[in-house]
Amino acid sequence: MRTILTLAAVRIRITLRNKTFLFFSLIMPLAIFFLYGSVFAKGRAEAVSYLMGPILSFTVMGTFWGLSMQLVTWREQGILRRFRLAPIAPSSMIVSSILANYLLILPTVILELLLARFMYHVTAFGNLVSVFTLVILGITSFGAMGLVVASVTNTMQETQIINQLLWFALIFLSGATVPLALLPRMVQRIGLFLPATYFIYGLQRAMLNNAALQTLGMVLVSLIAWAALAIFISSQLFRWEPEAKLPRNAKLWAVATILPFILLGIWENQNGTLLATSARMMSDRPTENTPPAKGQ
Amino acid sequence: MPNPILLVENLEKRYDDVHAVRGVSFSVEKGEVFGLLGPNGAGKTSTIEVIEGLRVPDGGRVSVCGLDPQKSPHELKSVIGATLQATSLPDKLRVGEAIRLFAGFYKKTRNPDELLKRFGLEEKRGSFYSQLSGGQKQRLALAMALVNDPKVLFLDEPTAGLDPQVRREIYTIIEELKAEKKTIVLTTHYIEEAEKLCDRVAIIDQGKVIAAGTPRELKQSSANTTRVEVRLSKPASNGALKNLDGVVDARELDGAYVLHCQRTAPAIVALVKHLEAENNELVSLEIATPSLEDVFIELTGRRLRD
Repeated sequence: MRTILTLAAVRIRITLRNKTFLFFSLIMPLAIFFLYGSVFAKGRAEAVSYLMGPILSFTVMGTFWGLSMQLVTWREQGILRRFRLAPIAPSSMIVSSILANYLLILPTVILELLLARFMYHVTAFGNLVSVFTLVILGITSFGAMGLVVASVTNTMQETQIINQLLWFALIFLSGATVPLALLPRMVQRIGLFLPATYFIYGLQRAMLNNAALQTLGMVLVSLIAWAALAIFISSQLFRWEPEAKLPRNAKLWAVATILPFILLGIWENQNGTLLATSARMMSDRPTENTPPAKGQ
Repeated sequence: MPNPILLVENLEKRYDDVHAVRGVSFSVEKGEVFGLLGPNGAGKTSTIEVIEGLRVPDGGRVSVCGLDPQKSPHELKSVIGATLQATSLPDKLRVGEAIRLFAGFYKKTRNPDELLKRFGLEEKRGSFYSQLSGGQKQRLALAMALVNDPKVLFLDEPTAGLDPQVRREIYTIIEELKAEKKTIVLTTHYIEEAEKLCDRVAIIDQGKVIAAGTPRELKQSSANTTRVEVRLSKPASNGALKNLDGVVDARELDGAYVLHCQRTAPAIVALVKHLEAENNELVSLEIATPSLEDVFIELTGRRLRD
């Protein structure tokens, strides 16, 4: 336990000193926040409120980026080799990196909520217990995805390519950039296989519909299952040395972590209500023609 | 005879197409400085990393302080300290933080500040790892290796790539540790390092121990190899000198020629005859006692390092 805390503390320190890592955990999320808040929502409280789900999801999902980069850099430079000489289990490395991520991302999430409250005068954030539960689950599961990426890639370049592919899929096919209901039907159906879609949907339900935890069962269970699978697989595939070879079917295992969402995607495509609910949340959102509540 | 603190028996290590370690055996007593001497690629690092529990052996037996590195890696890592060859720390980690971080991984630790002071890093405590020189990085690596007050210290090529002055600094540190009766296992391809620091040396070549003993014993064992240094009035060809009767190796060194001879007398006779035929003259001739380098040449017919 002490090992995990020591490692987490050092990770936080190093991350705060590193411009790249800081970019992903603070600068990019805030840039997205202001872009959405001031440009897309034109600073109107109701519109910002509708966009808070996607904004927070950017912040949370971005965690996998810094995490995978740090792990791969440390392995490439032989830093993990030095750690390996000490009595440290792979699980300590994994848990400490996720723990550090909570402490790096949660302040940004809170900052965004406060900015929304005081800059854009958003008064209602829905069910905050649900919101924070989802945020924590999101940091865990998207962080774990970063660990899986780090465990199956060998060089920084490889990691960056995979990260970018994942990132674009996550933000464009999930409703994070363009609301799900506005995407072509075909894309919506693909989106139903992505964890990001459920994550954003969960956040929006919690914030716009006041959804309590018990009504978000499907989202919570799938995120938990995904995180558990990803953490388990990344601890199995954890490599301390750049020379260490990947087991032959490692990439297959990595892809297998997405299993909960493949099952959920199939089910949702058959008889789910997510797309309909998501579309309703969008049509219910205040438009430009709706006079702002405050002005009345 | 006391129980050895480290025992290696018939160790084997293979990589895809390379048989890196082929049945290496040796043992190290408590308080001893033991050296693995050999050229690059001889299997030294593979051997030491199997002992440290970083690599899985393909055969043989290893016991460190009574522990099997594969069966009890955690316990093993708590009682050993090591410096590695290709390793690093995060650039933005400060010296003081680094040693305290590693101290945090062990139950039993030495005072990190004292270690920094002892290794002359006190003033560098607040510096980032990336700001350290090669010698400072190596001193920090040594300080970190001692943070758990290990029973055995493994130093893999502790002075490789360092300039001569820094190398001497590291020697002084290792000699101090030796005076404190620390058990040390080091690998090196520097002859002087092995001669100067080690109580006993195993010479490794192509994955095998080809000779072992104290530096003195090893040198005595090759009493019939001598090092003959000659100066000539005209340049001669190394190849021709090397082909002389009784000569194993010849090379040019600062205007002189160094011949390693297995049979000294016939070699000198052959040399004189050769010079006569070439119309060359002997300016000076010096016969030196063998060094560990000569031992290596005698055993392998090759020089340790070019």
